[in-house]
Amino acid sequence: MDKFEKITGIAAPMPLVNIDTDMIIPKVHLKSIKRTGFGKHLFDEMRYNRDGTEVADFVLNKPQYRDAEILIAGDNFGCGSSREHAPWAIADFGIKCVVSTSFADIFFNNSFKNGILPIVLPQEQVDILMADAEKGANARMTVDLEAQEITTSDGDVIPFDVDPFKKHCLLNGLDDIALTMEKAASIDTFESSMSVQRPWV
Amino acid sequence: MSPKTLYDKIWDAHIAHEAEDGTTLLYIDRHLVHEVTSPQAFEGLRLTGRKVRAPDKTIAVPDHNVPTTLDRTKGIDNEQSRIQVDALDRNAKEFGVHYYPVSDIRQGIVHIVGPENGWTLPGMTVVCGDSHTATHGAFGALAHGIGTSEVEHVLATQTLIQKKSKNMKVEVTGKLKPGVTPKDVTLAIIGATGTGGGTGYVIEYCGEVFRDMSMEGRMTVCNMAIEGGARAGLVAPDETTFEYVKGRTHAPKGAQWEAALTWWKTLYTDEGAQFDKVVTLRGEDIEPVVTWGTSPEDVLPITGVVPDPSQFKGGKVDAARRSLEYMGLKPGQKLSEIEIDTVFIGSCTNGRIEDLRAVADVVKGKKIKEGLRAMIVPGSGLVRAQAEEEGLAEIFQEAGFEWRLAGCSMCLAMNPDQLSEGERCVSTSNRNFEGRQGYKGRTHLVSPPMAAAAAITGRLTDVREMM
Repeated sequence: MDKFEKITGIAAPMPLVNIDTDMIIPKVHLKSIKRTGFGKHLFDEMRYNRDGTEVADFVLNKPQYRDAEILIAGDNFGCGSSREHAPWAIADFGIKCVVSTSFADIFFNNSFKNGILPIVLPQEQVDILMADAEKGANARMTVDLEAQEITTSDGDVIPFDVDPFKKHCLLNGLDDIALTMEKAASIDTFESSMSVQRPWV
Repeated sequence: MSPKTLYDKIWDAHIAHEAEDGTTLLYIDRHLVHEVTSPQAFEGLRLTGRKVRAPDKTIAVPDHNVPTTLDRTKGIDNEQSRIQVDALDRNAKEFGVHYYPVSDIRQGIVHIVGPENGWTLPGMTVVCGDSHTATHGAFGALAHGIGTSEVEHVLATQTLIQKKSKNMKVEVTGKLKPGVTPKDVTLAIIGATGTGGGTGYVIEYCGEVFRDMSMEGRMTVCNMAIEGGARAGLVAPDETTFEYVKGRTHAPKGAQWEAALTWWKTLYTDEGAQFDKVVTLRGEDIEPVVTWGTSPEDVLPITGVVPDPSQFKGGKVDAARRSLEYMGLKPGQKLSEIEIDTVFIGSCTNGRIEDLRAVADVVKGKKIKEGLRAMIVPGSGLVRAQAEEEGLAEIFQEAGFEWRLAGCSMCLAMNPDQLSEGERCVSTSNRNFEGRQGYKGRTHLVSPPMAAAAAITGRLTDVREMM
């Protein structure tokens, strides 16, 4: 997994609430058996017309946001399906951080597994960042995971919370499976005791 | 010992390792697998030379991509769909997991196949790379969807890295009125809590309404816990649960059954246990409902009218405006006057035998509205066989419904069953998101009897008028 330490980049505003994973990556693009190449389909039905041309007023099609690395989004971002294709598409597009007042649970977990940092902040602070993002390409913000701070283009500093274990994995680009394998003895012990206590499982 | 909730008890019984900060390796008893979210996980195992740790606890079945037409034995036309299903065939064989291929009569939607064959049991932890894994919570099993990276993690280690969620109690008291089904109950709850209302929580559904409910009904309710944002939904196991489980192929037998039963009977929330959030509804207040927008929280009684976006607050104002434009509806329009093009009955929410019986009760001896497209897709081959044995299939076909083979079908339209642009569908599925059932397709979520009533009249209809 790619490490996430600190990024300074363009933030795109998407104030719509309840942006679901069908919007992020429609099911016609779930048929791949690979993890790569989803970026061009990110927000497909909002971003492209049926004939494949771009929808001009969609935020990521506007010249100032085409290289966005941060997304400032409305409440309950990533609700719906468990499809990891959603964070794969976001990461493949080049977005490394999403900020919202809340995220759907599965999307939130999936993001960390793909080097994306989802940040939950109160409404007032999301509003500040949304306004900053609306300034366009000249307004670059910085997200510093180590310090747990976002710095707006005006120099305002907004601290954020992150689970220490998830932070550690993201900062170091750690592979969860390898970490769990180190605890194989605990899993072995659990399994043997369960084979006595709940043999029907 | 301090009193525990049902969720606390299942959680505690599955801790394989707990770090100081509460990060837990939770042991997984059943891992269900389908073709869409698993190929990258199996490929990951192959690339790292890892094995499936517990193939005997891993059950795979193709469902999302499979055609539901009778000619599917000829194979899958869509090349990408075919590649995904072929990949699951190959992976199931190579890694030695339990498998129900398309040709097996037991094939169907993974969340119907698991319970039906006795894989899902009370007190278990059940995961699947699919958000509607919440369904299995009906058995008092902790069941939830996971992403593909987590699928790979469970395949390799039979555990998940988890932090415990908070406890939420959703109580529905009293009795339901005639014409009101478990689907109306679960939609009414989401209407009350919003799609983010359960975020960070595991819900336990409590109260007389759930105690009176069949297992099929409880599965419908828990299935949509995820649409309310919850990690999982639970119903404490009781005699209804044990009766359903007993005798199923993979359920315990003999002395093991007795031992299991003894433990299962301890799976309830202790008196005095604390919930972090409580929501209470009165069963008598719930009406047959429909959705009007593009979020499952956009729920209203069928007797209502399309709302005005300005009546909402915050970001929902713009979202509602966008929904109405997408749905082609105007504020003030009576819901019962909205004409429809299509009816879809099926899915992991409402594709079980009891759902089909409820549809048959409404359509028996009647014809569907001329020009309407209406299909019934059973949740599994076994449900289909039972419906045929009970004479339901005949009723459906005489009424003019297409009677299909099992699969996810038009719930998410990954197979050829899709809506066209602007096509308006009444659906017993779980999501009315933009594009969910086909590009620019319009979805109204309802119960099976409400879908049946709409099929007869060609518009959203209060099923109570037909009772």
